[in-house]
Amino acid sequence: MLDTSTVATHPLFGRLTLESFPYHEPIVVATFVAVVLGGLALVAALSYFRLWGYLWKEWFTTVDHKRIGIMYMVLGLIMLLRGFADAIMMRLQQAIAFGGSEGYLNAHHYDQIFTAHGVIMIFFVAMPFVTGLMNYVVPLQIGARDVSFPFLNNFSFWMTVGGAVLIMVSLFVGEFARTGWLAYPPLSNIAYSPETGVDYYIWALQIAGVGTTLSGINLICTIVKMRAPGMTMMKMPVFTWTSLCTNVLIVASFPILTATLVLLSLDRYVGTNFFTNDLGGSPMMYVNLIWIWGHPEVYILILPVFGIFSEVTSTFSGKKLFGYTSMVYATVVITILSYLVWLHHFFTMGSGASVNSFFGITTMIISIPTGAKIFNWLFTMYRGRIRFELPMMWTVAFMLTFVVGGMTGVLLAVPPADFVLHNSLFLIAHFHNVIIGGVLFGLFAGIYYWWPKAFGFRLEPFWGKVSFWCWVIGFWVAFMPLYVLGLMGVTRRLRVFEDPSLQIWFQIAAVGAVLIAAGIGSFLLQIAVSVWKRRELVDRTGDPWDGRTLEWATSSPPPDYNFAFTPMIHDNDAWWDMKKRGYKRPLGGYKAIHMPSNSGTGVILAGISVVLGFALIWYIWWLAAVSFVALLAAAIHHTFNYHRDFHIPADVVVRTENERTRLLSGQV
Amino acid sequence: MSSHAEHHAGHHGADHHGHGEHEGAHGTLGSYVIGFVLSVILTVIPFWLVMDGTILDKNMTAIAIMALAAVQVVVHMIFFLHMNGRAEGGWTMLSLIFTLIVVVIMLAGSLWVMYHLNTNMMPIHDPSQLP
Repeated sequence: MLDTSTVATHPLFGRLTLESFPYHEPIVVATFVAVVLGGLALVAALSYFRLWGYLWKEWFTTVDHKRIGIMYMVLGLIMLLRGFADAIMMRLQQAIAFGGSEGYLNAHHYDQIFTAHGVIMIFFVAMPFVTGLMNYVVPLQIGARDVSFPFLNNFSFWMTVGGAVLIMVSLFVGEFARTGWLAYPPLSNIAYSPETGVDYYIWALQIAGVGTTLSGINLICTIVKMRAPGMTMMKMPVFTWTSLCTNVLIVASFPILTATLVLLSLDRYVGTNFFTNDLGGSPMMYVNLIWIWGHPEVYILILPVFGIFSEVTSTFSGKKLFGYTSMVYATVVITILSYLVWLHHFFTMGSGASVNSFFGITTMIISIPTGAKIFNWLFTMYRGRIRFELPMMWTVAFMLTFVVGGMTGVLLAVPPADFVLHNSLFLIAHFHNVIIGGVLFGLFAGIYYWWPKAFGFRLEPFWGKVSFWCWVIGFWVAFMPLYVLGLMGVTRRLRVFEDPSLQIWFQIAAVGAVLIAAGIGSFLLQIAVSVWKRRELVDRTGDPWDGRTLEWATSSPPPDYNFAFTPMIHDNDAWWDMKKRGYKRPLGGYKAIHMPSNSGTGVILAGISVVLGFALIWYIWWLAAVSFVALLAAAIHHTFNYHRDFHIPADVVVRTENERTRLLSGQV
Repeated sequence: MSSHAEHHAGHHGADHHGHGEHEGAHGTLGSYVIGFVLSVILTVIPFWLVMDGTILDKNMTAIAIMALAAVQVVVHMIFFLHMNGRAEGGWTMLSLIFTLIVVVIMLAGSLWVMYHLNTNMMPIHDPSQLP
């Protein structure tokens, strides 16, 4: 309940006071100083090299799905560094907080860290990476010039950034939630969390959620409506199929998250009692609702990655994917089944035997289509001519790691076992096993696979291999101890420990985290080295891996318009089929190409949304009102923008295509 | 897009895309009137049931309102949204079926789960009800 007697609000600054800035926390202050210095250096460098105009015109306002895809990846990478910093801080704290030591983090700070780690890694690392790859690859794979609604795509991206900005602001202004990543009430309700943390959580997710939902709608439309002629549903590449299912899941499930958070906001802001302990409220309803979104969410992350593995396995085995049809059906079955298992996240809340056994059984059933996929990949590799390039290495590491994660998941799906393991480090180990060993490994496979397409040069393999081994070994060293600790009954989110015999396991886990840090470092180094040596690593053909799907038919990087002529599709490995049939690239007859125009409105709308969110978090009501009106005005103003498209003239197309012809014939 | 300088030049021979054929049928005046009349009837009946209050008991009234609302949804979809099995190459129907499946799962599941939780876990205020 918003009780003005407990929360003093200043008419101008709301509840924002000097005390809101955590200057008494040395760790936060040091981080702040580092961020400010780094930020100033970046701003200075951008100004010195006069890059602001370039960035604004060519990147921030772009409606090109390829550039938006790349920007999503950059966002994911930046937030990965933040999320990982949280992770290694937790590992260090847990490794040293034994034998009466309090460690180096106080409870108030530690609780924010584990919450921020979860929220950031799911919403602002995994989601942007997945969305980024779908954005980049799907239109190319289906032979389209862009997505269905290019401006909406730009807007969606900036709303996601807006959510990320709010989370970052919470580090230095006020505090973040101390509730765990799903902010269960009653803890997250105003009575127990009167500070700004949960409000940051709510508004960051609401703003980013707008972006996620709209981009889901956009990609569904694109896949349903803009496939090249001849590409029937059963001729779509598997990655496009899994993207379609993922976006269906997004559109069907994110509104539940939005509605649940609205109810929580009403509880916190206007004193309703949906999730309070008294007056008819039920916190259990929140848990129920949030997991109806939350379980589909994990499939939103993993399905596109299954698509990546399918593309990679087939390409690097030089074979058609084994069991394409079964792969598609498995994906669709998972899409539906992912709505039937949510209760396994709260077996212990007291539903009783019939409910628990129903959801336990559905959970076990969902492992069947997933297992079918693993066998499809194995049979694709069987008798294939396998090239162990980096994407394939990540794929094999995924298969070995993910199967373990899947099996511990089936263990947790047995309700009696879950009563022992619930909320323990075993659970933590399980979901990191599937999210790192599944989603993240897959994203790396995808990044290495499509990088040459996006930038026109390959990533240099040496540092990539260093990164690969650090990540894979680091993962096993970091999380296997948590399985052991979980079986011994250690619960999650603990800050200090009594039993000294447990310390060795946490120390091993910390070593694993350091190895992962080395993996992240080598990955960044690899990118730097590759950019440095880009001339040696250049890909002139547009098809560096001897690819099978349509994105490899165009140049690397693809021209703005993707394809000068819309290809005709006869097979689900469309480009492989074209190569087999001796496809000759047309060398003339180019026409002007109709394209969408850039727009700065996405940045403006998202910027105002961030201000609105900030005002609501700090109860600065005048600013909330002003920014809300500004938001509506800017949106309406944009509807009067009639400069939405232009034509790339035929001679520009001719020049671009002739350049490609020259590159292909190797006369450079 | 890096070629903005080339604004609206080259309109000739441009590929005109996306004027998409409208596959969804547009209703006739008659169909709109039928839809309107049905909606009015389906709204008036529950109103009358509540205002009169004597025809059915409370629970039956609630069930009747829900049932009539469901029928009203179908009326709107057919007469105002022009939905049928063929619109947009069957995609409209498919997405409707998917929506129904998901909504039924979520509603029925939540009711079932929350009923259990409520029975097993909520505090019992009347001590005589304790097992």
